[in-house]
Amino acid sequence: MFVLGAAGHGFNGGDILFQLIMFLLLMLLLRKYAFGPLMGIMKQREEHIANEIEQAEKHHQEAKKLAEEQRELMKKSRQEAQALIEEARKLGEEQKEQIIQAARAEAERLKEAAKKEIEQEKEQAMAALRQQVASLSVLIASKVIEKELSEQDQAKLISEYIQEVGEGR
Amino acid sequence: MHHEAPLYEIFGLTFNLANVLMITVTSVIVFVIAVLATRNLAMKPTGMQNFLEWVMDFVKNIIKSNMDWKTGGRFHVLGMTLIMYIFVANMLGLPFSVVIDGKLWWKSPTADPVVTLTLATMVVALSHYYGIKLHGFGHYAKGFVTPMWFLFPLKIIEEFANTLTLGLRLYGNIFAGEILLALLAGSLATGVGGTIAAIIPTIAWQGFSIFVGAIQAFIFTMLTMVYMAHKVSHDH
Repeated sequence: MFVLGAAGHGFNGGDILFQLIMFLLLMLLLRKYAFGPLMGIMKQREEHIANEIEQAEKHHQEAKKLAEEQRELMKKSRQEAQALIEEARKLGEEQKEQIIQAARAEAERLKEAAKKEIEQEKEQAMAALRQQVASLSVLIASKVIEKELSEQDQAKLISEYIQEVGEGR
Repeated sequence: MHHEAPLYEIFGLTFNLANVLMITVTSVIVFVIAVLATRNLAMKPTGMQNFLEWVMDFVKNIIKSNMDWKTGGRFHVLGMTLIMYIFVANMLGLPFSVVIDGKLWWKSPTADPVVTLTLATMVVALSHYYGIKLHGFGHYAKGFVTPMWFLFPLKIIEEFANTLTLGLRLYGNIFAGEILLALLAGSLATGVGGTIAAIIPTIAWQGFSIFVGAIQAFIFTMLTMVYMAHKVSHDH
């Protein structure tokens, strides 16, 4: 009796049949009402997580790219600023040089002009003096020739003229 | 110790009404547990759903250790049902057994070789079915004469041996557990001194039987997948 169930009591196919049917029924019901939905939600979660990971990865990549871009921009702007400063300095240097050059040239020119003017002035003065001396000597000579005067008169005359000359000046 | 079975005959088939009762109770319990656990499904699992998902992953790992998931996925529900059904069935006989008029009504359904051998035969038959379905009859038949043709008789014997060991291992473990429990509770616990003496070994044996029941459910499922893999895998 213990060895193999109810042997000797007729064919115990009832138990076999019942067990088989119940098990298959249980399996079908579980698949329909419990495991099916559970598997569905587990799959859904798997997809969800995979999606999230993918998204996160994408975001990470994007952030990395943005940071890289930002760094590049920063570098570029710094370089530009450096270049601008350099250029400005060079321009200033050039201008300084130019201004100094111009000032020096102007000064030279002014000096030259002044010198020339002085020379001219001197020339003119000399010419005027020479003329005056010439006419004066002619005048004196003519006066002397005009009048044969006594020494007294002559002296008087000379002094008169000299006085005249002195007054004329 | 010798209890009669409540037999009932109809259409030339003999029903053991105790088996019918216990199979039904087991199935209902498994179904109720599974449905309760999956009543409020959520992306963020809580409580019972966590438990059932753990069982699911457990069975999935059993299958994965025997074949690749692409072919093994179809046995997921079978494995889940097997492990839960056998575990619940093993547990049912532990707390008490009910005997009415010398007839044993409440016990583990798996403590009856008819039930376990039915399950084992079903599993082996399914493995043959899937072997033919997935690889065709030629490939399936060739499996019996590889690697050597003269191994054919051994292969045939192997199939029957598989079925017998699969069913009788489960039956033997659970039946032995129940016998010992019945001995402790029924034969030793006569009189005050005997009852006190029986308390500790009974508790210990019940704990051990829980362990054995769980292990046997796992082994049955594991071997099911091993036999399936034999017939279904590509490298065989």
